[in-house]
Amino acid sequence: MSNNRKSYPLSENHADELRASNGFHLDDLTIENILNDKVTMADIQIAPETLSHQAEIAGAAKRYPLADNFWRAAEMTSLPNELIMEIYEMLRPGRALDRSSLDACAERLRNDFGAEKLALFLQEAAEIYTRHGVFSKRF
Amino acid sequence: MTWRHQSNRWRRFDDWDNRPLRLDLFSKDDPSNGFTAWHGENDPTPSLTIKNRLVTAMDSVSVDRFDMIDTFIARYHIDVDIAEEAMAMSSDEIARMLVDINVPREQLTRLAHGMTPAKLADVVARLSAVELTFAYAKMRPREMPGNQGHVTNAKDDPLQLAADAAVAVALGFDEIETTMRASRNSWSNALACCVGAAVGRAGVLFQCSSEEAEELEIGMKGFTSYAETVSVYGTEGAFIDGDDTPWSKAWLTSAYASRGIKMRCTSGAAAELLMGFHEAKSLLYLEARCLCMQRGMGAQGTQNGGIDGAPLASTIPGGVRELLAENLLAVWLDLECASGNDARHSESEIRVGAKITPYLLAGSDLICSGFGTILKYDNSFNPSSFNGEELEDFLVLQRDFEADGGLRSVEESSMLALRQRAVDALEAVFDAMGLAVPTSTMKQSVVVASGSNETETFSVGDVGRISSAIQQKGITILDVIKVLHQRGFRDEAENLLFLLRLKLSGDFLQTSALIRDQKVLSAVNRPNQYLGPGTGYRVSAERLSELAQIRGELDKDAVISGQAVHAASEAKKISYRDLGDYIPSSEPKEVVVAISPAFGTRLFQTLAGHSLADVLRCLGEGIEAEGMAMRVIRCWHSADTSFLGLTAARLSGSGIGIGIQAKGTAVIHKRGRLPHNNLELFSNAPITSREHYQRLGANAAIYARGDWPEPVIVTNQGEALGARFHARVALIYAIETAMLVADRHPQQVAITFLESSNV
Repeated sequence: MSNNRKSYPLSENHADELRASNGFHLDDLTIENILNDKVTMADIQIAPETLSHQAEIAGAAKRYPLADNFWRAAEMTSLPNELIMEIYEMLRPGRALDRSSLDACAERLRNDFGAEKLALFLQEAAEIYTRHGVFSKRF
Repeated sequence: MTWRHQSNRWRRFDDWDNRPLRLDLFSKDDPSNGFTAWHGENDPTPSLTIKNRLVTAMDSVSVDRFDMIDTFIARYHIDVDIAEEAMAMSSDEIARMLVDINVPREQLTRLAHGMTPAKLADVVARLSAVELTFAYAKMRPREMPGNQGHVTNAKDDPLQLAADAAVAVALGFDEIETTMRASRNSWSNALACCVGAAVGRAGVLFQCSSEEAEELEIGMKGFTSYAETVSVYGTEGAFIDGDDTPWSKAWLTSAYASRGIKMRCTSGAAAELLMGFHEAKSLLYLEARCLCMQRGMGAQGTQNGGIDGAPLASTIPGGVRELLAENLLAVWLDLECASGNDARHSESEIRVGAKITPYLLAGSDLICSGFGTILKYDNSFNPSSFNGEELEDFLVLQRDFEADGGLRSVEESSMLALRQRAVDALEAVFDAMGLAVPTSTMKQSVVVASGSNETETFSVGDVGRISSAIQQKGITILDVIKVLHQRGFRDEAENLLFLLRLKLSGDFLQTSALIRDQKVLSAVNRPNQYLGPGTGYRVSAERLSELAQIRGELDKDAVISGQAVHAASEAKKISYRDLGDYIPSSEPKEVVVAISPAFGTRLFQTLAGHSLADVLRCLGEGIEAEGMAMRVIRCWHSADTSFLGLTAARLSGSGIGIGIQAKGTAVIHKRGRLPHNNLELFSNAPITSREHYQRLGANAAIYARGDWPEPVIVTNQGEALGARFHARVALIYAIETAMLVADRHPQQVAITFLESSNV
């Protein structure tokens, strides 16, 4: 695991391997390509592999919850912005009125995005919200 | 007794009432109403029970009675592999380990991960303010300290935001943060600061504090590189009223990381008290809950130390120590800490200066989590501890203590060009995107303005329209980079691209990351490894000389050239002619005045700015008014006032002499007295007037007559004369002492006044 700490910072030690989540290579993220409209926002989306690598680095530094967060974030890279915002809204107090919508979301994350950790996280929230009455409507 | 002396109170209380301090409120310790730093009525006793690797009771609450926060902490924060060992240790022992240079930081962060909120609070509450400061220096995660600044203004004026962001970058801030007066202006603020922060240097992180969802949306467009306003509260009631839960905030935490955006949470003493959900628990215990939650969520860091609650926390006995304690909790848990010192906690400048000192001495990941880089009235977060007005005070504190507060001086000569560049860059983006066209008057007014009261710029309505257009057109950071490059702002385009490229690496998502010289420095590659003197962060020689630079430093050349300016005008007023060694006289109707070596030769003005010719004329007029004659000698063996005066007295026929230095310090002396036992001393040259010199002359003549005059008192208003003058005094006096000739006899000097006096 100590090798993971030594690989940091990736921008200095592994720059040649860095790609966006769609495979766009860091070397292609240049002014020329931006000027020629050859770069899109998708090309600057951090890759799940990179976040996984950062999770290993955080774990090697014994920052386990931070590592777990990076693992969840790695899964989240494939979620569209709108879906991330939609689920965030659903997790806020009183937005969802029972656990079914959270459970449905969890299934969708699991099936459509292979996001097992995020699915479990939503199911856990559904369980806690039920127990603590967070689903009650707030006006 | 006259009416003027009637009073039913000691009038010192009137003086005290009128000090800014008395605008502050002070509240009584009231544990049942949440007004307590350390000991809430309902604070639990630390405890932890684990069965089958699951927490079944924590801090005197069993799992079936857990609220959402307890549940979250038990699941995500408590490391069951460490908990038994950590909870079994005595709080005193752990407290001592925190200040022990022989106990490495990692050993302590490990233990913290097995401790409950009540246990963590119990440990840090045992440390005094100085122990908290020391422990903070040892425990903060990153080796070198940093700082964060607010860039906002009262008009949400994007031109000014761009100019002020560029200034903040020049001042050395590692992070800049903006927010709005009108929330709809968020997109405009984000774009303007993003462009301004790209002027001058790459890698300054930028955030736009906004509503939770919108802040993330702005980040997704690439304008911002970090987020900080992910607020966390220590009671369920406050959390729900804040419109979130630990799970929704943890979701946001991952969301930021998934878009390559650095993120920290916000919490701080007294937030729950302000929101009305304190549960009769102490500030420290509630904050310990917040911090355990944040760590559990996987946030790399926190912004704590009161924050918006700091002013309220500071009204409570020990509240400021509590702020230090909660910052220590954050770094002990291994979280990056942006340590507050933002919302100004007091109207007293003494309290403000005292509050920042421990942080400046100990260093902090971000000393302020928002230093106001703009004027107080332009700070849309509320005035900070330090603002545009007091920025140089902070620079001088760095210089005084040789402590790195992350900032540096800016060159007066380069600021207008820098601000112009930022405004021009933003204008280029606005123009190319069809957002707005600022007039040259608008731009000029912003470039020179200290604050928004002085600008003629966009109306608040204009800004709203600009902001909506940025959002509706779907403008992204890529558009901005493209336009900047096309319009000739290539460095700025490259600087923004640098951050985009860095985002792909995720490097600045790690704990305590900031960017200096295009390198990411974080707790991973530059951890704080303080283990006593000679270890940890040491200010480099190069940085020391940067800290030393402050506007208007004095040196000997500056003093000499300052004096030389007056040489010509003095030559028109007076001539000094040496007549050889002075022979003691027996003339009883004389007062001898001994002048120092540089008097009228190298130095020409007193510290009060009086011409030396005028001063001598005043002395002479005073002496003559009392029927005596003035005779002038110049001493070469001493420039000390006492010895000048005593020499004059010994050589004077009347036995009375005056000694005077070029800087204006004077004495009346009498033959036969001990050198430092004079008749009258005029030691405060900076406030000695020409009238004083006249009366000095007169009194000397009265002593010469054998009478006792009323001594002349030079009254002051309590000015810190040492601060104002001593550096100049020392330089001037060195000019005098350098001219001394130890064995040279005092010389008689013929004085001729060349023009009529205006005294």
